[in-house]
Amino acid sequence: MNNNNLYNYILGIADNTLILGQRLGELCGHGPALETDIALTNIALDLFGQTRNYFQYAALLVGDGKAEDDVAYMRTERNYFNVLLVEQPNTHFGYVMGRQFLFDVYHLLLLEGLQNSSDITLAAIADKGIKEVTYHKRFSGDWMKRLGDGTAESRQKMQEAIDDLWRYTDELFQLTKADKAMIYEGIGVDVSNFKEAYYQEVSEILNEATITVPENKYFTSGGKKGIHTEHMGYILADLQYMQRTYPNMKW
Amino acid sequence: MTENEIKNLEEIFEARIARDEKIEPKDWMPEKYRKSNIRQISQHAHSEVVGMLPEGNWITRAPSLRRKVALLAKVQDEAGHGLYLYSAAETLGISREEMYEQLHSGKAKYSSIFNYPAVTWADMGTIGWLVDGAAIINQVALCSTSFGPYARAMVRICKEESFHQRQGYEILLTLCRGTQEQKAMAQDALNRWWWPSLMMFGPIDAESPNTEQSMKWKLKRKTNDELRQQFIDQTVPQAEILGITIPDPDLKWNEEKKQYDFGEIDWDEFWQVVKGHGPCNKERMDARVSAWEEGNWVRDAAMAYAEKQHDKKLKDVG
Amino acid sequence: MKKDWPLWEVFVRSKNGLEHRHFGSLHATDAVMALENARDVYTRRNEGVSIWVVESKYITASNPSENGELFEPAKSKVYRHPTFYKLPDELKHM
Repeated sequence: MNNNNLYNYILGIADNTLILGQRLGELCGHGPALETDIALTNIALDLFGQTRNYFQYAALLVGDGKAEDDVAYMRTERNYFNVLLVEQPNTHFGYVMGRQFLFDVYHLLLLEGLQNSSDITLAAIADKGIKEVTYHKRFSGDWMKRLGDGTAESRQKMQEAIDDLWRYTDELFQLTKADKAMIYEGIGVDVSNFKEAYYQEVSEILNEATITVPENKYFTSGGKKGIHTEHMGYILADLQYMQRTYPNMKW
Repeated sequence: MTENEIKNLEEIFEARIARDEKIEPKDWMPEKYRKSNIRQISQHAHSEVVGMLPEGNWITRAPSLRRKVALLAKVQDEAGHGLYLYSAAETLGISREEMYEQLHSGKAKYSSIFNYPAVTWADMGTIGWLVDGAAIINQVALCSTSFGPYARAMVRICKEESFHQRQGYEILLTLCRGTQEQKAMAQDALNRWWWPSLMMFGPIDAESPNTEQSMKWKLKRKTNDELRQQFIDQTVPQAEILGITIPDPDLKWNEEKKQYDFGEIDWDEFWQVVKGHGPCNKERMDARVSAWEEGNWVRDAAMAYAEKQHDKKLKDVG
Repeated sequence: MKKDWPLWEVFVRSKNGLEHRHFGSLHATDAVMALENARDVYTRRNEGVSIWVVESKYITASNPSENGELFEPAKSKVYRHPTFYKLPDELKHM
C-alpha cells in the first residue's frame, strides 16, 4: 500500500468513533430513562455511521477486495489507534456524559478542520459529521450542566468523573507520525493547534456546570500509538468475538 | 352518581363500543375498562422495555458493522415503543413511575419470551423473525383496539416495526446460505425459539381469563388461538425458504381446514416461566431494577437543575 | 421530596406547508430537554422539520360530558355548508 500514512491517519480518527460507539452500545436498555437510552443510541448510531464511512474508504486504500469489516474487526490490539479517553468504561452516568462531552468538544474541532482537507472523501465525511457532532456536543454539554449543577450528590459524581477522565485529554492533541505526514500533505488536521481553544471551551461549560476544572500536571497517553489501557482487550473481545470464533464467514 | 346514572352511562358506553367508536381518555368509561386497558397497555410497554435486554446483549458482539447498526436501531425502536405505550397508559391516570414500580415488584407481567436466553448470533435472527413476527400479528390486530391512544400508538409502532422482522429474517437467510456451521446455528436457534414463540399468544382461549371481556370491549380484536394459528400458517412457508425444520413432528397441512395442524404446546413450561421461574426472569428483572435505581441520582439531578433554572428565571423577571 | 419528570406533549411539522400535528408524549425536566428528547424520540426517521413541546399540564381540554352543549348546536347549521344552496345544473363551477 503506497499511502500507509493516509490509512493510519484514517484509523486514528475512525477508531475513536468505533470504540466510543461500542461503549455506548453497552448501555442500550440500561440508562436512567427511556428518553436518555434513545438519545444515547442516536449518538452511537451517528458514530458507527461515521466509522463505516471512514473504514469503507480505508478498505479502498488497502484494495485486495478488503471491506469495512476487515478494517474494523481484524486487527490486533496494538493496531487500534483510538485515544484512551474513548475506551474508558461506563462506570456511572457521570462518566458516560463526561467522556462524551470531553470527546465531543474535540471531535467537532477536528471535523471543522477536516472539512477543509484536500482529500475530498475525508472532507465530505467531515462535512456530514459536523451536523451530527454539533448536536452531540450540545446534548452532552446540557447534561454536564444538569449533573454538575443538579444535586449535591450529582455534583460530587460529575466532579469525580471529570477528575478521573481529565488525564486522558492531553492525548487528544498529540501528533502521530501519520498525523504529521498528512498535515504536511494538506490532508490532515493539526490538532495540536486547537488545544487552547479546547480547554477554554471545556472550562466554560464546566464552570457553568459548577464543576472545578482539574489542574493536572500529569497526563496519560498511548492509545494513538496502539498502547491501550487494560479495558481495551475486553472491548475487542466483544467486538471481534464472532469474527474470531468463526473466521472467513459472511454474516 | 346514583346506580341508575352509572347504569345509563354504561349502556351508552357499550353502545359506543358496538358502533366501533373510539374511546378517548377523558370520556366516561367503566372502571374495569380503564383497569383492563392499563393492565394490557403497561404489560405491552414492559415487554418492549424488557425485550431490549436479550438483543441489547449482542450489540457489542454483532459480527459486522452493518448488522450492528441495524440491531442498535431495532433495540432503540423498542425503547421508543415502550415510551409510546407508557404514554398511552398515562392518559388513563397512572404514571410511568407507578408502572415501573409494578414491573419491578413483580406485580405486572411482561411477555415471557424475553425470559429465554439469547445465546448465539442466530438468536438475533430468530428473535427478529419469530418474536417480532408474532408481535406484529398481535399488534396489527391492536391497531383497531377501542381505546384511542392505544390504537394510535399501535399504528405508529406497526409502521416502525416493519423493518424488524426483515432484519431478523435476513440474518437467518445469510446463515442458511452460509457454511454448515452457520446453518446448524440457525437450526439450533429455531429449535429453541419455536415453542416459546407459540406461547407468546397466551393460553388457549378456553383458559384465557381475560379474553371474553377484552373481545367484548374490542380491546382485543382476535382470540389467542386465532392469532396463533395465523402465525403458524404464515411462518411455515418462511421456514421452508430458509431450509430449516420446525421442531414439531405433528406439524402438517390440513387440506380440509386450509391451515396447519400442530403439536401440543408444553403449557407447564409456559406457566412456569409466567410465574417467574424461566431461565432468565431474575436476570431480566435485576437488570431493569438496577438501571432504574442507578438512574435515580441522574433523574433527580436533572429535575433539581430544571427547578433552579426556573427559579432563576422568575427572579430575573421579578 | 421525590419528583418525577413531568409529561410533555410533542407536536411535529412534517414538512413546511403543513401544520404541527400531535405526535405523542414524553418525559423531560424542562423545555430544553423536552425538545431534545422529542428530536430523538419522534424524528429519528426524518419525520419533521419543526417541533413544538408543551408541558401537558398546561393544556386545557374540553369536557366530553359537555359535548352536547358544545358541539351539537353546530350540527343543525346546515346553511354553513355549500350543499345547502340549490343552484341550477348549468352552473358548473361555483
